Amino acid sequence: MIVNEKLAIDHGLKKDEYSKICKLLSRTPNITELGIFSAMWNEHCSYKSSRLHLKKLPTKGKKVIQGPGENAGVIDIEDNDAIVFKIESHNHPSFIEPYQGAATGVGGIMRDVFTMGARPIANLNSIHFGSPQHKKTKNLLRGVVHGIGGYGNCMGVPTIAGQTSFDSSYNGNILVNAMTLGLVKKDKIFYSKAAGLNKPVIYVGSKTGRDGIHGASMASASFDDKIEEKKPTVQVGDPFTEKLLLEACLELMAGDSIIAIQDMGAAGLTSSSIEMASKGNLGIEINLNKVPCRESKMTPYEIMLSESQERMLIVLENGKEEQAKKIFDKWNLDFAVIGKTNKSKKIELYFDEEKIADIPVNTLVENSPMYDRKWKKAKLPKKNKIKKEDIKHLKIIDVLKKILAQPNICSKEWIWQQYDHTVMGDTIQKPGGDAGVIRVHGTDKAVAASVDSSAVYCWAHPLTGGKQVVCESFRNLISVGAKPVAITNCLNFGSPENEENMGEFVECVQGIGEASEYLKFPVVSGNVSFYNQTKDKGIKPTPTIGGVGLIKDYKNMITIEFKVVDNLVLVIGKTEGHIDQSLFARNILDEKNGPPPEVNLFNEKNNGETLLKLIDNKLIKSAHDVSLGGIITAVAKMCIKGGKGINLSKPKYLISEMEYFFSEDQGRYIIEIDKKDYKKVIDLLNKNAVHFDQLGTICENELYINDKTKVTIDELSTSNKSWLSNYMSK
Amino acid sequence: MKSSVITFPGSNCDRDMDVALKKFGFKNKMVWHDDADLPKSDLVVLPGGFSYGDYLRCGSMASKSKIMQSVINFANSGGMVMGICNGFQILVETGLVPGVLLRNKYLEFICKNVFVKIKDKKNKYFKNIDNEVLEFHIAHNEGNYFCTTDQLKEIEDNNQIAINYCDEYGKVEDHFNPNGSIKNIAGIFNKDKNVLGMMPHPERMIDKSLSGEDGSLFFNNLINNLK
Repeated sequence: MIVNEKLAIDHGLKKDEYSKICKLLSRTPNITELGIFSAMWNEHCSYKSSRLHLKKLPTKGKKVIQGPGENAGVIDIEDNDAIVFKIESHNHPSFIEPYQGAATGVGGIMRDVFTMGARPIANLNSIHFGSPQHKKTKNLLRGVVHGIGGYGNCMGVPTIAGQTSFDSSYNGNILVNAMTLGLVKKDKIFYSKAAGLNKPVIYVGSKTGRDGIHGASMASASFDDKIEEKKPTVQVGDPFTEKLLLEACLELMAGDSIIAIQDMGAAGLTSSSIEMASKGNLGIEINLNKVPCRESKMTPYEIMLSESQERMLIVLENGKEEQAKKIFDKWNLDFAVIGKTNKSKKIELYFDEEKIADIPVNTLVENSPMYDRKWKKAKLPKKNKIKKEDIKHLKIIDVLKKILAQPNICSKEWIWQQYDHTVMGDTIQKPGGDAGVIRVHGTDKAVAASVDSSAVYCWAHPLTGGKQVVCESFRNLISVGAKPVAITNCLNFGSPENEENMGEFVECVQGIGEASEYLKFPVVSGNVSFYNQTKDKGIKPTPTIGGVGLIKDYKNMITIEFKVVDNLVLVIGKTEGHIDQSLFARNILDEKNGPPPEVNLFNEKNNGETLLKLIDNKLIKSAHDVSLGGIITAVAKMCIKGGKGINLSKPKYLISEMEYFFSEDQGRYIIEIDKKDYKKVIDLLNKNAVHFDQLGTICENELYINDKTKVTIDELSTSNKSWLSNYMSK
Repeated sequence: MKSSVITFPGSNCDRDMDVALKKFGFKNKMVWHDDADLPKSDLVVLPGGFSYGDYLRCGSMASKSKIMQSVINFANSGGMVMGICNGFQILVETGLVPGVLLRNKYLEFICKNVFVKIKDKKNKYFKNIDNEVLEFHIAHNEGNYFCTTDQLKEIEDNNQIAINYCDEYGKVEDHFNPNGSIKNIAGIFNKDKNVLGMMPHPERMIDKSLSGEDGSLFFNNLINNLK
């Protein structure tokens, strides 16, 4: 096949990128080489539009063992234990084929984690769909949930928390972000950096097939009308093989034969071999005839670009091949010595005794394109003034019931009941709370994790939205009694070639950076997904933050359900009555304009840390952060979960009842305390200059407002729980 | 008391079972599916998971594993064999217990706490348990127990039903049946009641910080009955 500019463009490369390749090689690449360049230089693998901005994120901290750049980030949780974690997107494939797309997303992120030597101990996911009325939404939701469950359940890793939202901007581009946490001993972490010459390069796992060829390129392009034609680019997963691969790899890792290990994810054998060579600053030669193939007559091009799942590349110590092979034989997995390291600093591929590719590694990695894309700064929208007559006719209980049944607020039990969330026997906080919590097996420690995103706020003002979502993650961890340690981010945006979308990206990243810096909540891993757009319409900017925190003694964990009648309920943090972009404004008043709530990082940190002090002093019976739907929605959820009522009263503020109860001001938590602890609690709050309001007292079965309006908790619970299951059964 | 937990390729509750058995005093050994011989055991457990990826039919390939001939011989000579979840699916495939396990009625995986009523206490698994109702935990996609009318009559005549899905008060009704099982069956015995297959996971109910503690009652009682 003749390689020329047209063929390069068909591979998703730009004109000038192709001429750069010819210049770097001082010749025209052959078809296999062109395939390799296109795989390494696409947006998904090269981060060419995002690198410049991602560099600015704070990635260091006392607890950070490994920041971005490896398969996943690693944090120290003391006693020689470490947590490996990362979030990754599988958006494009999940829209094309929801079951396999979502399943392989989960499989891929788990591989990233166990590649580093960690046993996966928890999965989370953040999934976003189009409007519930859109004709594709229901099937996509069902397919994605079945796919996530199908893979994670089979692997025997609990899915402990998640987030689901609906918004018409995802009608043509759903988002599937999967996160995994793994546990490893600090001195047994494995990296992808190859070292040493003439070391055997080993291929293990499934055979290579023709599935997923150009998957990474597909994930770097926008969708058009011909989307169905892209089905063959979606990988097909086999969780059973991955379970075997996990056990076999961990068995091999218990010894000392591995120099470097890298999973074959996006761009398969291409990116894994190049990554290892690049990090080790050496060359790798591979004989492609040795690669175990599922189908006959696969070409070198197909072998290099296949994204078949459940495969790993390992650089072993010399002489350990037999011992390693025994382990993979035991688990019925392929094991092949396919090449060796050398000093050439090139990727050299052989097929049928002919050299079919010869590329200096640095041309693929360091010399890959990097763009400083044009971007547009967003203006802070003007505040709306709520008119009295717009809310005069509203009854607070009716509004509350509507909000509790709103698709983005309602109970997601229909979803998480399909995920095994209890396997491994350490899930001490199940889905449905502020964060999932798992015990570190055999210890008193526990790790909390949460996934969050606030696309509406980011869309209204990206800088504020970026900050807000980091704060929300911080709050969710604190609400369960965990000290926030670090985050991973999954940045889902439209096209970087569109100045507005690029601006959303740049400013969201800036916001994330500012908040994580201030809160000492560094970013240790992540992933960027651009081109989430159909034709020229991008999604709402959706950075997803996966936060991880530590609870030193799991018995001090906090949950959201109200516990004891007569206990007092307070709200920590000041309520200003910010209604714009709230669920109340968007869904009840149908007002979609205005700025998102302001983020005050000082208050976030101070309020959060003060709550942690209260928790450490064992003064908190239950806690929940205030987010979508405001104070009353948060309180209602605590009532529903605990099967208790509350007698609420609005403090004498200038703002109206609606504003007080439904506004989405940031930095707030609802807490339940014992009456006898009241003085201790307010002393601590006052000492730390934390604003609080007294909201009410817990009672049986009913929610009262100012002693008059009332509704039963059963009624609220029905509103909250029925929407999703009804929707899915229709 | 000695126990053995069999690990098949794809088992994923083997460790959880090991933890539970040890917690209640068993000396447990993990046994690889490709071994021929069982270690000396007072109890053999086939754990939950997705043996052989549930390919062909859940439990079908595992039932032909090398170790299974020894397990079958052990069961036929009166040895205690308990299959949980995928282990139950393997047991029905071996024919040690009657019936089959179909896909859940609503075609979805279910992970939640359920209540089960103990139907028969004249056996070493449930003898001496004070409770009539236990809170257990299920996590499965194929737990919809089914058998022929003749088989059902035989099972009932021999009191082979071990536990039924019910509400917290022990009421066995359709409404409390999570997966469509015939007669709300959650677990059954072989004729001699030394083999028990059940969908719920008692090993996930051994700590009040987890889903609950009724599994502790079950294991404590079991080890005492075996002594």
